[in-house]
Amino acid sequence: MPLLVVASSLLPGLFIFALAEDRVRTRTLLNMTGAVVKLVLVGWILWGVFHEHHYETRIPLLYDLEIVLRAGPLSLLFVTLSTILWLVTTVYAIGYLEGVPHRSRFFGFFSLCVTATVGVALSGNLITFLLFYELLTLSTYPLLVHRGTEEARKAGQTYLVYTLAGGALLLFGTVWLYTLTGTLEFTPRGIVDSLDSAHHPALVVIFVLLIGGLGVKAALVPLHGWLPQAMVAPAPVSALLHAVAVVKAGAFGIVRVVYEVFGVEFSTLLGLTTPLMWLAAFTIIYGSLRALYQDDLKRRLAFSTVSQVSYITLGVAVAGPIAAIGGVVHLVHQGVMKITLFFCAGNLAETLGIHKISEMNGVGRRMPWTMAAFTVGAFGMIGAPPVAGFISKWYIGLGALDAGQDWVVLVLAGSSLLNAAYFLPILHAAWFRAPPARWPKEHDFGRKETAWALLLPPVLTAAMALAIGLLATLPFSPLAWSRLIAAREFYQAW
Amino acid sequence: MDGLVTQLPWAIILILLPLAAGMACFVAPRIAGALGLLSVVAVLLATLGLGLQLASAGVYRHSIGGWGAPLGIELYADGLSLLMLGITALVGIGVSLYAGAYFTREQAGRFWPVWLFLLAALNGLFLVDDVFNLYVCLELIGLSAVSLTALAGTTAALAGAMRYLLATLLGSLLYLLGVALLYHTFGTVDISLLAGRVTPLPALWAALGLMGAGLILKTALFPFHFWLPAAHGSAPAPVSAVLSALVVKGSFYILLRLWIELYAPAGGQSAGLLFGVLGSAAVLWGSIQALRQARLKLMVAYSTVAQIGYLFLAFPLGGAAGYAWQGALYLLVSHALAKSAMFLAAGNLLRFGGHERIAHLDRVVQRLPLTVGAFAMAGVSIMGLPPSGGFIGKWLLLQTALSQGQWMLALVMVLGSVLAAAYVFRVLGHAFTAAAVPHDPIAVPLRMEWAAVLLAAGSIVLGLLAVPLFTLAGIGGFAGMGASLP
Repeated sequence: MPLLVVASSLLPGLFIFALAEDRVRTRTLLNMTGAVVKLVLVGWILWGVFHEHHYETRIPLLYDLEIVLRAGPLSLLFVTLSTILWLVTTVYAIGYLEGVPHRSRFFGFFSLCVTATVGVALSGNLITFLLFYELLTLSTYPLLVHRGTEEARKAGQTYLVYTLAGGALLLFGTVWLYTLTGTLEFTPRGIVDSLDSAHHPALVVIFVLLIGGLGVKAALVPLHGWLPQAMVAPAPVSALLHAVAVVKAGAFGIVRVVYEVFGVEFSTLLGLTTPLMWLAAFTIIYGSLRALYQDDLKRRLAFSTVSQVSYITLGVAVAGPIAAIGGVVHLVHQGVMKITLFFCAGNLAETLGIHKISEMNGVGRRMPWTMAAFTVGAFGMIGAPPVAGFISKWYIGLGALDAGQDWVVLVLAGSSLLNAAYFLPILHAAWFRAPPARWPKEHDFGRKETAWALLLPPVLTAAMALAIGLLATLPFSPLAWSRLIAAREFYQAW
Repeated sequence: MDGLVTQLPWAIILILLPLAAGMACFVAPRIAGALGLLSVVAVLLATLGLGLQLASAGVYRHSIGGWGAPLGIELYADGLSLLMLGITALVGIGVSLYAGAYFTREQAGRFWPVWLFLLAALNGLFLVDDVFNLYVCLELIGLSAVSLTALAGTTAALAGAMRYLLATLLGSLLYLLGVALLYHTFGTVDISLLAGRVTPLPALWAALGLMGAGLILKTALFPFHFWLPAAHGSAPAPVSAVLSALVVKGSFYILLRLWIELYAPAGGQSAGLLFGVLGSAAVLWGSIQALRQARLKLMVAYSTVAQIGYLFLAFPLGGAAGYAWQGALYLLVSHALAKSAMFLAAGNLLRFGGHERIAHLDRVVQRLPLTVGAFAMAGVSIMGLPPSGGFIGKWLLLQTALSQGQWMLALVMVLGSVLAAAYVFRVLGHAFTAAAVPHDPIAVPLRMEWAAVLLAAGSIVLGLLAVPLFTLAGIGGFAGMGASLP
């Protein structure tokens, strides 16, 4: 069953590679079928896991190592996020890339990228995780350099230097861990606490290696350098990169390592969570500060991602159940909000040729729906209720107080202020300033503000960001599911 | 039927068939292409036959003409031989498919006989069991490989071939001296008999030293790699593929056999350490050189130098518990597929653009997607990223190194992977961008693109076949292969 979930984007992807460039309809059909089939499968498994069914696929890889795909609650949170946002982003990408060359290649790698993300989510042990994690690096590279300019090649090079070096660290740590434990299975409360205390120094180094490898993708400072450069990619790619695929794979991996490889109590025992917490807090503040000074809209959003993704790490590193819920739920919340913002940025660029914040004066009147969606996303990032971002910050803050780490609340408050400082001027300019006589490069869409396929996705995701904030107490909301994860996976034995 | 398959003398067929086909190609050059391809397919089938034979009856032994060792020639096939024969046949098919479209009619008339001859010599090498006949096969391989290198006839090719000839002759000579010493001292050349008779005498050390030196010269282990880049970089693409994928592996195979049977029992720890040091140097030096090359085929050739270094990292690790030999063998097999694919892809790019300067590749990813895809897949295996054969090999070596506390070796392995990624992606990055000076592309036959794709895909698929392949290679229990260790 988990194998089917992975195959539902892999197979369409492979077929798309073989398609001729002009077979737009077949390609769209394949894309959409894959996305919808995956959604149905995920819905089914979600229901099953809620009722405590187990779904697992094992394929032998090497002696006593296996490729394990397992649908647990935490996996499903990430799978559901990727599946829904993949569907939305596919619609957006079809609209965005209309008439652009090499679409078969683009959508082929796009599907591979989602396959890798879902694989990362479903991995039941560290070697399977590693496999899909590297596949993700490889399949995003062609998307990143899709435009084929010299600038894109440079950005791609930077991306690879960071991610492949990170992958090497991860590999080194994984093999080392394996030689000590003889297993790499993700287990509640971890697999290392039974080891002899003589191995503890080695375990500390392994932890640093693993987090270092994952921190590259999760854009922890100082490993974040590739992310702002990666914004040369086409907008749907940036959206996917920042909201679902790459950055989240790193953050998700950190959750896995802390909770299900080392176990959170054991990590605390080794004194590992406190430095991680400091690092995450520093990243949050640093990313926000850098974002303040960017005039390029996508760069500002990129630094905002650096900051926001570290909330997940922060929530995990606080090492208490409530903060963990906040961190894990932010995985979903940040994804939905950030994808909205990137869709909107793409719309502005495609419709009016706006790339810089200084060009955004009065754009709210020209594109009210897009900017309304942007506003929702921005308020979510600031953490204003009732948008989803508020829920995550609330839980992380509560959890920090609960764990006796009061200073984290200050970090949260400071970050919210900074977020407001870099988002509110945009909103002010867009809604309250007079529009210029003419836009940098305007495309005509008749009476509509932009193409349907471009407008619908951000409006939809903005509505989702509102809905998951407002309806957080209902069953099957991301928050309710995160509580389930904490209860069943993280703190099962307590 | 089943009885027939397991009764036929497949080992003999494997040697005689390509030999006969080679002669036929020489006599009738007009049908050389079809005949060559057909006989390579037949070789693959015969290898499968031998595989079935081994699987049902275990290790195969045959005394030619009824004369056993120490007088006659003994054929011997175990899981290791089978693995080498199999990879030779697979690469052979890919290369033959490619060569059918690559060469002009005149060149093809010269290529096929020599190539089939080389194939027969390689098969022979993997099937004989005495140090002297290994020498004979080694010499045949060397000479036919040199002829193939010179096939292009350009100045660069002839210079490269000349250097190659001198190196390979020197290597064989050293090896032969060692064989003579062994025969003089112990009175036999049969490996299994030798293994029973050797005693730690100075003559043994001298013999093993000479043979080892000859073999690492032929395998192009750093710093004896000086002849390889010129030869592999200037030969025609299908020839480079064979040289890098198979020919250097032949001498490595002999070294491996002798190591397990003679060196390791004779206490070759210090030699193992030396191999480890040279191997590490090869990994780093070869990778850095590959990164610095402006020409594509030279880059691929230096990458071979680096990857051969990996194979030697198993020697210091092989003595203790672990999977060092398995890792090295898996790297050997996946490197054979990946590197041949890479050379074939490089040949396509050269044909397409009329040049092979990496920085001037002109949007080839759009115009030759299959070739670039093949290059990328082969690159994934060379870098050792999952899922690929290269990953399995590196994982096993790394695991063994770490469990034995060999930190430097582990570090070299990881560093080599990162450097490999750097040189592979340097090519791929330029494949996306437009060149400053556009040029008229020349069409590449689809058959040449697919040959590269199939070999590259093979190196990826290997990543999922580790369990069955180790079971096969374990027939005969070479170096504890196949058995799962604690």
